[in-house]
Amino acid sequence: MTEASTPLEKQRSSAAAATKRGRRTAAGQGFGRPSVTWALPGILFFGLFAIVPMALAVYLSFCSWDGLTSPTPVGLDNWTRLFKDPEFRQAGWLSLLLTVISWAFQTPIALMLGVWAAGRQRNRAVLSAIFFVPLLLSTTAIAVLFHSLLDPNFGVIKEIGPWFGIDPNILGSSTGALLTVAFVGGWQFMPFHTLIYQGGTRQIPQVLYQAASIDGAGPVRQFFSITLPQLRNTITTSSVLMIVGSLTYFDTVLIMTKGGPGTDTTIVPYLMYRTGFQSYDLGYASAIATALVVVATALSLLMVKFSGFGSMRSTREGM
Amino acid sequence: MGSGFLRRGTGTARWTAALAATAMAAVLAGCGSGSGTGAANSTITAYVYGDDAVKVQQAAVDEFNKTSDVKVKLVSVPGAEYVNKLRTAMGSPNAPDVFFNWGGGSIKPYVDAGQLVDLSPHFQKDETLRRGFLPSVVEAGSLDGKVYGVPMRGMQPVMLFYNKALFAENNLQPPKTWDDLQKAISTFKAKKITPFALGGTDAWTQLMWLEYLLDRIGGPEVFKKIQNGDSSAWGDPAVLKAAQTTRQLIDDGAFGKNFNSVSYANGGAPALFAQGRAAMHLMGSWEYSTQLGKAPDFAKKDLGWTAFPTVAGGTGDPGNVVGNPTNYWSVNARTKHKDAAIDFLMTMASQEYSKALVDNGDIPTTANASQLLETSPNPGFAEFQYKMVQLAPSFTLSWDQALEASKATPMLTEINKLFAGKSTPEQFVEALKALK
Repeated sequence: MTEASTPLEKQRSSAAAATKRGRRTAAGQGFGRPSVTWALPGILFFGLFAIVPMALAVYLSFCSWDGLTSPTPVGLDNWTRLFKDPEFRQAGWLSLLLTVISWAFQTPIALMLGVWAAGRQRNRAVLSAIFFVPLLLSTTAIAVLFHSLLDPNFGVIKEIGPWFGIDPNILGSSTGALLTVAFVGGWQFMPFHTLIYQGGTRQIPQVLYQAASIDGAGPVRQFFSITLPQLRNTITTSSVLMIVGSLTYFDTVLIMTKGGPGTDTTIVPYLMYRTGFQSYDLGYASAIATALVVVATALSLLMVKFSGFGSMRSTREGM
Repeated sequence: MGSGFLRRGTGTARWTAALAATAMAAVLAGCGSGSGTGAANSTITAYVYGDDAVKVQQAAVDEFNKTSDVKVKLVSVPGAEYVNKLRTAMGSPNAPDVFFNWGGGSIKPYVDAGQLVDLSPHFQKDETLRRGFLPSVVEAGSLDGKVYGVPMRGMQPVMLFYNKALFAENNLQPPKTWDDLQKAISTFKAKKITPFALGGTDAWTQLMWLEYLLDRIGGPEVFKKIQNGDSSAWGDPAVLKAAQTTRQLIDDGAFGKNFNSVSYANGGAPALFAQGRAAMHLMGSWEYSTQLGKAPDFAKKDLGWTAFPTVAGGTGDPGNVVGNPTNYWSVNARTKHKDAAIDFLMTMASQEYSKALVDNGDIPTTANASQLLETSPNPGFAEFQYKMVQLAPSFTLSWDQALEASKATPMLTEINKLFAGKSTPEQFVEALKALK
C-alpha cells in the first residue's frame, strides 16, 4: 500500500509545492519556473529505485535464474508458463476478489466517516484523531495481533464468534480466511481513506449548501446532490489507491495465513514471494511481478480515464 | 543558494563532478568490502544463524583466534533473514568463507554451482573428524556420498511428546504400535480432549507426520530416492499409504476440528498441549525447551517423550529417526584460507566445544558426548535423545531441508492442501510426482 501510494502522493505534493513557488517567484524575484535541476534528485531517486529494478525484473522474466549462478535467457518460457499455470490463475482470481471485497467494504464506510468527520465540531476532531490510530501501527504488528485474536482455542473469536454464528475455525476455512485478510486490511487503511474524504469534503464551498438549504434540501438530499458529485475526483483518487493497494497486498497474508488453507489465500503478491524467495525461481517470480505491474498500472489508467479525473474536468463548473 | 546557483554552467559542472566522485567512492567502497574474503589481514568470515546458541560459537571462535594466525570473524545473521542473506552473499563477491547450514538440500544449489569444498578427503585422513561425530549425523548432511559439512550444533530429532498426567488418568501407556495410538485417540476423543496438538497454518509441523509415516511404512529408502532427484519415487505405494493414513487420522478427529486455524509460530499449538487440552504433540526436540520457557510446571512434571509408534504392515525400522540431525559448517571453495578454515572446523569435535553446547542445553552430535550429558540441565531428556539418535539405523533429514527450495516450497504447499482437505491422497501423490 505505502509503496503504491508514494509516487502518487509525491506527485501531488510536488505539484502543490510547484504552484506555491511559481506564485512567489512571479510576484517577487522575477524568475520563471525553476529549472529541471530541481527535479534531478527526484528523478535520480525514482530512476534508481523504481525504474531500474522494474526494468531488471522485466529482463529477468525472460531468464531462468536461481540467484546464485548467472541468469540464463530462456525466451518466453516463463511467460507461456504464466498463462498456463493454474496456480497463477487461481492467484489472479483471488487477488481480483480481494480487491473487489476491499473496495466494497472500505469505500462506503470511509466515505460516510469522512463526510461526518469534515464537520468542525470539537468532538468530531477528537474522534477523528482516534480513528486515525490504526494507520499509525505497522501492518506486521496488526497482522500478528489479529492472528492471535483469531486463534480458535485462545483468541477472542472463540468467545465472540458463536454470538454471531461464526465458527472459530475461521482461518482454516477458505472463505473465512479471505474475508479475514480483506477485513484486516480494511481495518488498517480505512482511516487513511477517511482522511482523504474528510479533506475532499472540506474543499466543497459552503455556498452550495447554503443555496441548497434555501431551496429546502435536507441533509440526505444535500449529501447525494452536492457532496457526492463534488467528491467525484476524491473517490477516484481513493479508489485507485485502494485497488493498487489491494493488488499489492502482502504482509497480512504472509503472517496470518501463509497463503492457506492450501492455496486459498495465495494472492498474486504472495505467489510471487513464494516463487522468488522460497523456491528461488527468480525468473518466473519476475514474470509474475511484471504481470502485476502491468495489470495494476492498466487498472489505474482506466479508472483515471473513465472517471474524468485525467482531464481534470472541474467539479465546480458553473461556479 | 537557490535556483540561480544550480542553473549556472559551472554550478552544473561542479555538481556533476561531485556526483561522479560520490559514485566512484561508492564503487571503490564496494570493491574494498568485496575483497574481504582474502586481502584484509588474513581473516575468514563465518556466517552463523543468529539465535541463542551463537554465544557457543562465539566462544569457540575466540578460543581459536588466540592461537591462529588467520582470525575467524563470526557474523551472526538474524534467523528469519539467514537463508536469503546467505543466498545473496554466495552469489556475490562478499561470500563468507565458512557458513552455517542444514546440510542436504540447503546446500545442494551451492554444491551444484561448485561453491563448496568437498570435505570427504579430510574426513578420511583425519582421525578427529572421522571418529569425532555420530555417523548417522554426518551421513544425513552429505550429498551423493560426499561430505560437505562438519556438525556444529545440537541434534534436533522429532519425537512424540505426551502429557503424562492425562495418560495416567486414562490408564494409557505411551503408544508403541498403531493400535495403541488408535486406542489413545478414541479414549481422548471420548473425554473431549484433542488427541494431537497440530499447528495447521505452519505446514512444516504437518510435514513431520508424513516424514515419520513414510519412514515407518516404506523405510527410509523411499525418501532417499526422492532426495537424490527422482521425483517419480513419490509414486511409491508407501507415499500414498502415508497420505491415506494421514487423511484417516484427520477424519478420525486425531487433530481436533479447528487445527487448520491453529498456528505453531504464535504459540497456539504448544499452549493447547501444555494446558492439557491436547494429549500429544509430534514435534522436534526443541519442544522441551519451548515448554520449559512457557509452561515450566508442565515441562518439569507432566511432559513425557517417546519414539514414534510402529505402523502395522510397515517395513521401516522402528528405531529410525527423522528431523534435523544437526547444523553444519561448510567451507566456500573460493576461500583463500582453506586450511585455516578446516582447522577451525576441527575444533567442533573437541570435548570443550561439546561441553559448551551441553551447558547451553543442546545435545552435541559428537561421538563421545554421552559422558557429558549428566551435567546437562535436563539429563533424563538429554540421554533419551542422544540414545535415540545414536542407535538409529537411519536419520532422515527433514524433507524441507533435504530437498532444494524449488521443490521443498511447493511440497509444503501440497502437504498443507492435503491436511486442509483441498486435495485427496491420490491428488497429493500426483502433484508431488509432477514436481520438477
